[in-house]
Amino acid sequence: MLAFLNHVINGISLGSVYAIIALGYTMVYGIAKMLNFAHGDVIMVGAYICFFAVASYGLHPILGVLLAMLVCTILGMVIERLAYKPLRQAPSLAVLITAIGMSYFLQNSAQLMWGTNQKMFPAIFGKTPFSFGGITISVTTVVTIIACVVIMLALTWFTGNTKMGKAMRACSEDKAAAQLMGINVNTTISITFAIGSALAAVAGVLLCSAYPNLVPTTGSMPGIKAFTAAVFGGIGSIPGALLGGVLLGVIEIMAKAYISTQLSDAIVFAVLIIVLLVKPTGLLGKKIREKV
Amino acid sequence: MSKVNQNYPKPKLVPVPSTNIIPDRDIGQRPILECRHLGIDFGGLSAVADFNMAIGRTEIAGLIGPNGAGKTTVFNLLTKVYQPTRGTILLDGHDTHDMDTAHVNRAGIARTFQNIRLFEKMSVLDNVLVGLHNEMNNGMFSSVLRLPRHWIQEKRARQKALELLSIFDMQDMADHQAGSLPYGAQRRLEIVRALATNPKLLLLDEPAAGMNPSETAELMENIRKIRDTFQIAIMLIEHDMNLVMGVCEGICVLNFGKIIAKGTPEDIQGNPAVIEAYLGKKKED
Repeated sequence: MLAFLNHVINGISLGSVYAIIALGYTMVYGIAKMLNFAHGDVIMVGAYICFFAVASYGLHPILGVLLAMLVCTILGMVIERLAYKPLRQAPSLAVLITAIGMSYFLQNSAQLMWGTNQKMFPAIFGKTPFSFGGITISVTTVVTIIACVVIMLALTWFTGNTKMGKAMRACSEDKAAAQLMGINVNTTISITFAIGSALAAVAGVLLCSAYPNLVPTTGSMPGIKAFTAAVFGGIGSIPGALLGGVLLGVIEIMAKAYISTQLSDAIVFAVLIIVLLVKPTGLLGKKIREKV
Repeated sequence: MSKVNQNYPKPKLVPVPSTNIIPDRDIGQRPILECRHLGIDFGGLSAVADFNMAIGRTEIAGLIGPNGAGKTTVFNLLTKVYQPTRGTILLDGHDTHDMDTAHVNRAGIARTFQNIRLFEKMSVLDNVLVGLHNEMNNGMFSSVLRLPRHWIQEKRARQKALELLSIFDMQDMADHQAGSLPYGAQRRLEIVRALATNPKLLLLDEPAAGMNPSETAELMENIRKIRDTFQIAIMLIEHDMNLVMGVCEGICVLNFGKIIAKGTPEDIQGNPAVIEAYLGKKKED
């Protein structure tokens, strides 16, 4: 029973990381209607920045995280400006291919700059775990879950109550009408990328704190899984990203613990396929009404 | 080496042969909108050609014509959803050549749509607040950090949104989801949302579509009320001739992308070209 509880908590923690990454996918999809497959690699960049800041320059971990967020925010906006904005009117397939290309570009640039050697991410949240009643929880786990809840609440508040949040929701519903209301759609998309990428940096740090092997391809598998989580929960929906991420994390850990470590990824994606067969819009997905 | 002119060739401003009907009270003031030789081609097809008109600052103008005449295209040109192939649009004397859609809106043109395009998943109040977007100039920082300025502006925006809703007696529906409103209320909300952007010229695309005669009568009252309260110009596309003839001061008739008649409702009603466009040519015998 205790082991089971431990697995649940670990699953929620891993799921929280997926949820934070999934938010980036889902927000960009909701507003720009594109799948930013380079998102996973922004996570990797964030993790590297934090790694160098803390391990090489001895900065305080908090400063390291903030620096990673800053760099990723700028990186996200630059990627959007240079790679995606010129394709705003292009068919979605062209944008998709560009995003995949951007993903490999980031991975290979990281290999060139930082080498292919595995880096050991420092334990920035300390090593002494909490323990009560036989359950031991690492500080990273607690921080991850708290970070996820805080980010989720903050984003929900932001999209609901601020001027920019309202502009984002307006753009996600009807870009042309939003423009006619004086909303600058380009700025709105750019800010969406900025927020998504800042979150990716946070996710990168949290991910590497839990699984400290840092290589240039660190971001790709969590990126794909978070994308799965976003689709699972209903792409375009913020609560959907949370639900999808956490469920996916728990399923993955449970599969690892009780079925098979090797098969865990296969099981995760099998669940995705089944959910999509039953409910193609995802768990909390919006019904899409096409005008004919 | 010859010097290359990087700038756009500025369209030549040619005086428009003035057959516009501008109400007496607006004469002597600069028209809010002037179109000069405006035209757009889609492929080889000229959808609108040589469109000349002027609208007075507080005029209610009508744009009518048979289906496919290019009326909505004109609205799309004015709001820069389409880039004109030829001609000039002067908004309050300023050329809108270099402006994009959002910029034109901030410069003073707001519109509604033929098929309602509200932000359906947002509340009624939020729809209006999105319209008030340009007015609220608190930046990201002040709103994220919740500076006092943010609260004051937020409160003022909310108040203004409710005031605007009260024009149509909709203040009680503020928290409803926009998509859940009955059809008529959605049409009214679209007008309120457009008004929230503080326009100088309001474009209404078939505001009476799907309304019954009593609703249409109420709409006519409201159109006049909006003009009187805000002192703005309104241009509307409408098929309901009772509404057009009842509320418009100047009417422009479009057929196959060309203006075939301009004048007061009386002029238009008796104009043989207009009758022909709508009903076809009388058989000669």
